[in-house]
Amino acid sequence: MIEARNLTKFFHDKKRGEIRAVDNVSFTCRPGQIYGLLGANGAGKTTTLRLLATLLRPTGGSATVAGFDTVANPERVRASVGFLATSTALYSRLTARETIAYFGRLNGLTAAEVAERTRRLADELDLHEFLDRRVDKFSTGMKQKTSIARTVVHDPAVLIFDEPTIGLDVMTARNIVRFVRDCRTRGKTVIYSTHVMSEVEKICDVIGIIHQGRLVAEGPLADLRLRFGEQDMEEIFVRAIGGEEVAA
Amino acid sequence: MNRSNVVTVYLKELRDSLRDRRTLISMIVVPTLMIPGIMLVAGVVSYMVVNKAREEVPAVMVLGGNDSPVVRAALTADQKIRLVPATADWKQRITDKQLRAAVEIPAGFDAALEHGDATVLKIFNYESELRSGFAVGELHRFFNTYREKIITARLTGRGLPAALVKPFEVKTENVAPPEKVGGNVIGGIIPYLFILLCFTGAMYPAIDLTAGEKERGTMETILCSPVGRADLVLGKFLMVLTAALGTVVFSLLSMGLTFMLGGLLFAKTAAGGAAVAAAKSGAAPMLPTIDPLGTLTVLAMVLPVAVLFSAVLMAVSLFAKSVKEAQSYVSPLIVVVILPAMMGMLPGVELNTRLALVPILNLALVSKELVSGVFHWHYLALIFGSTCVYATVALAFCVRMFNREDVLFRT
Ligand SMILES: Nc1ncnc2c1ncn2[C@@H]1O[C@H](COP(=O)(O)OP(=O)(O)OP(=O)(O)O)[C@@H](O)[C@H]1O
Ligand SMILES: [Mg+2]
Repeated sequence: MIEARNLTKFFHDKKRGEIRAVDNVSFTCRPGQIYGLLGANGAGKTTTLRLLATLLRPTGGSATVAGFDTVANPERVRASVGFLATSTALYSRLTARETIAYFGRLNGLTAAEVAERTRRLADELDLHEFLDRRVDKFSTGMKQKTSIARTVVHDPAVLIFDEPTIGLDVMTARNIVRFVRDCRTRGKTVIYSTHVMSEVEKICDVIGIIHQGRLVAEGPLADLRLRFGEQDMEEIFVRAIGGEEVAA
Repeated sequence: MNRSNVVTVYLKELRDSLRDRRTLISMIVVPTLMIPGIMLVAGVVSYMVVNKAREEVPAVMVLGGNDSPVVRAALTADQKIRLVPATADWKQRITDKQLRAAVEIPAGFDAALEHGDATVLKIFNYESELRSGFAVGELHRFFNTYREKIITARLTGRGLPAALVKPFEVKTENVAPPEKVGGNVIGGIIPYLFILLCFTGAMYPAIDLTAGEKERGTMETILCSPVGRADLVLGKFLMVLTAALGTVVFSLLSMGLTFMLGGLLFAKTAAGGAAVAAAKSGAAPMLPTIDPLGTLTVLAMVLPVAVLFSAVLMAVSLFAKSVKEAQSYVSPLIVVVILPAMMGMLPGVELNTRLALVPILNLALVSKELVSGVFHWHYLALIFGSTCVYATVALAFCVRMFNREDVLFRT
């Protein structure tokens, strides 16, 4: 369960002045649901997800993740969250197995539990072939699979994915989308940001469209289609953020 | 604090660093090669230069004095001075270092002495040149002896005792133990090297574990794991400290080996005639013994300094976005480290209560004494204590930096 209430994050930049990266955003994401976060570049998606993962402190408002407040209980929140973003790289001098073990241990798993989880994840994500090779020799796809294993090693109740399919080939991207779906099946709370509209149409139960830090539209795909009178997700998105000229 | 997380982070960073060739170079290769390199080069060069200059019988030209055969004969007879025939270009030849010095004997020198008239001798040298200086020394020795002989002759001629113009004599004798002599020659350099290597040893991993992680994008990965910020800092800090102390230990081992090998080498050449002469002339304590207990104490005193360096380096590099930026912040700090260490090498600067509170400088000063086998316990306690306080403050500062999101996510 994720609950964001009037979540706000301002940055101060010497040149740009005050940046309202996230402005009064409220939403709820339930277990067994995939919440799709959509927005143009710089809309505030990554900042929102970082606030949920306790990497940033909100300027205003609050959020509870898996029942814990992100400000009062950041370490408990992180123990219940798997966070995967374009900016969460892997240690290049560790092997895939060592990477999974490291994050498993930091999440409080015993050595036996780590071994068991590694075997399970290697089966699920098809890691066996490169499990004992160093990450710096990996292809982008191998890295992303290892990253996912790292993210879910402690079997968290909440999963936060920030553009997980960026830069991947079709097959690898499909694999990852399937994995995200499996998470929903297992009752996880999933929040997912992407620029790929087809993925949104395929997997998201609820869609939130964020524009200049504000949540401008929210609801299941069917509701958004009705509200904007469009079938295509891309058209809905463009209308939601106020037309072509605003996006340009 | 979760101790098991600190250990997990530390072990991971240790494994990661040991797989990094650059860490190994800065921690093991640099100190093991640098110490014998510096010591041997410095030792051998100064040994050779000084001995060569000492062994050389300086070439000296006598200008004038053709009407004074007595003093000329005495000069020619002197074993430590080699006379060369007078030429017109003597000034140029001194400048070209073909001639060490020249002495001008005024006209009628012998005759003036005979009559008791005062005369002036002139010595020409090349100021600040070592071998020219030795030549001048020899000339002074010769003329002083010559003068004393004449004075004694004159006094006895008038029936007076020689002690009339020489009421007392001055003799110099060395009472310092050999360690002390060695301590002062090498003692200035050793703590300086330890401090410098301790710093450079911590530098690379401190940057790599902070700015390097930001640059490679792994910082956010580790920050979104449940490990507490303080545990993360401590684990990383322990790795940087390991590298700093590792560098010092490797340089210490390498130094011990250098002394052993150097001792063997010296013993061998000492069998040869040249070295025997060198030993006689007092050049022997070039490879001196240094107090082993004192050296170990230096090592113990380096510990809080290593903590201080590691914490400061980490805090400063964490602020940077990239390794390059971190290097530009850290490089000027080398000067901050070298300056007090160099001041400690200056002859006049001695330890006192106030200087004992100045970090780095205090260590350089007390180490000079320690390797000589002299223990000032109250200063040692003061230095250790004050440095521990500085180190704790620096570490606390480092933890604070890790809690600032504008530092971690600086754009
Ligand atoms: N640490 C920071 N300091 C200052 N400004 C920031 C910081 N992080 C983000 N911003 C600004 O906040 C705004 C929102 O950025 P954010 O990364 O959340 O956008 P995004 O929706 O994830 O964009 P993208 O699709 O390009 O990933 C942008 O204007 C960005 O420049
Ligand atoms: Mg983003």
